Amino acid sequence: MFKYYGKYAPYLFLLPAIAVLTVFFFIPFFQTFGLSFLDYSASIYKPEFAGFDNYINLLRNPIFYKVMFNTFIYLVAAVPVLVIFPLFLAILINRKIRGITLYKILIYLPVIVSIVVAAIAFKWLYAEQGILNYLVGEAGFSPIGWLTDPKYAIYSVILVTIWKGIGYYMIIYLAALMSVPKELYEACDIDGADFLTKHLTVTVPHVMPTIALVSTISAISAMKVFAEIYVMTKGGPLNSSKTIVYYIYERAFENLDLGFASAMAVILLIIVMIFSVINIFCFERNKYQI
Amino acid sequence: MKKLTEKLIVHIILISVSLLSVFPFIWLISTSLKGNGENIFAYPPQLIPSDFTWQNYVGVWDKVNFIGYFINSMIVAGGTVLLNLILSALAGYPLARMEFKGKKITFFAILATIMIPFQAIMLPVYLITLKLNLVDTVSNTAGFLGLIMPFAVSAFGIFLMRQAFLAIPREMEEAAIVDGCNVFQVFLKVLVPMIKPSLAVLAIFTFIGSWGEFLWPSIVLTKESMYTLPVGVNNLQGMFSSNWRFIAAGSILSTIPILIFFLSMQKYFISGENEGAIKG
Repeated sequence: MFKYYGKYAPYLFLLPAIAVLTVFFFIPFFQTFGLSFLDYSASIYKPEFAGFDNYINLLRNPIFYKVMFNTFIYLVAAVPVLVIFPLFLAILINRKIRGITLYKILIYLPVIVSIVVAAIAFKWLYAEQGILNYLVGEAGFSPIGWLTDPKYAIYSVILVTIWKGIGYYMIIYLAALMSVPKELYEACDIDGADFLTKHLTVTVPHVMPTIALVSTISAISAMKVFAEIYVMTKGGPLNSSKTIVYYIYERAFENLDLGFASAMAVILLIIVMIFSVINIFCFERNKYQI
Repeated sequence: MKKLTEKLIVHIILISVSLLSVFPFIWLISTSLKGNGENIFAYPPQLIPSDFTWQNYVGVWDKVNFIGYFINSMIVAGGTVLLNLILSALAGYPLARMEFKGKKITFFAILATIMIPFQAIMLPVYLITLKLNLVDTVSNTAGFLGLIMPFAVSAFGIFLMRQAFLAIPREMEEAAIVDGCNVFQVFLKVLVPMIKPSLAVLAIFTFIGSWGEFLWPSIVLTKESMYTLPVGVNNLQGMFSSNWRFIAAGSILSTIPILIFFLSMQKYFISGENEGAIKG
């Protein structure tokens, strides 16, 4: 095809998007590294160069290790559930039965509702004399401080993240299940294979790329949680539910220690980028047609 | 017989999961409808209010400017959607159809932004927004721009548009050029009308994302009159400290608009064709 556009046309079309990305992505990206070498403690307006001080302070701070550990707990507790349970649901829902659309809508509902409302709803379930503690009491145990006991707070918050993600990943799996050849299931039925064998030998190998995809995206979003913690626990009690993004927020906007917060942000950046590179180059090549 | 029990088990599991998905909201609705004559901490918990009332809704509506929050959310989400559609379509076109110097670099630079989580770069973004005076202390318009601009375009949108353009047969453009159209006319009159379905998908998912955004507005907003719905709802907790009847009523009220939006657009969300679109 002949070239019907002028020399500058491609750049003109790209300009607005590139301008926005430059101001709000590329510059801040490099600036995050820059800020992490500055000391804001003397004055918020006149930061001084601090070398690696922020990183040293970070590594000396016990809260840093607590925060990293909490993020690790988040990954270990949330990701496997979000990878396996939605797949199980998608398998169940991937058939012709009555009320399928209604099931899908109801299970997807938590995805659509604002995380703030979801967190408030759970805070109410978790209340000291709330409905969950009633059930705990009925089962013969003493009430649990869902959000007030350092032992449980983070798991209570993780439960909200899981609850809000299930429908989203279920729909992703449903799309993948459509491509599994039906004949394979028929062969299994003839052989008399049970539910578990059938899906472990046919379904799982076929949707393996999607399983990998769900693992990385749920891991990335687990590392970025903020609203749940902000609304429900503010990172407490005793930092027991503080995760990376909340810690960045707290140090930057409550303690005005932008340098320290940026050092933390650099660490988040590096971890997330590792996961993202794996994600994009291994599982999402088609989406971006690299 | 075996088929029947299997079906029954599937239904039982799906009904239980559906109930677990909606129960937190049901319980919130139940609490919001209980009057002062009823103990909301009663054991055993009562799902059906015995002292039924709408007064909590009336009370919270009087004290909280929900219409204002709603309008603010509409302005922010609407502006974000509009800019995303325009900027993504413009940028997607040359990436799909033109040859130019620096195309590869541009492509990978845009792709790289997907790997950068906003949460990690939000501090400099905040400083830049302050420097550009895009904050509500300057003016309301500036405040809205500050909420919108960092999310005015996304790599996801650009790549979605690029793919839509790639799917259009080249003959369409050739015919238009023979008819005497220039490149901008080709883009506006021939190509954009053909990518309407992709534009709709981008609009819907950008809208949902922007509507639910909480972190950024809670960082930049200083005036209560500028609050978007999520920030306003979070603020209910401080306003009514332990008045859970009001907090519940306010939360439910704030959810109604997005619920209507979801139910009317549900096929976009649950068909599975647009998987992976939502979630920043």
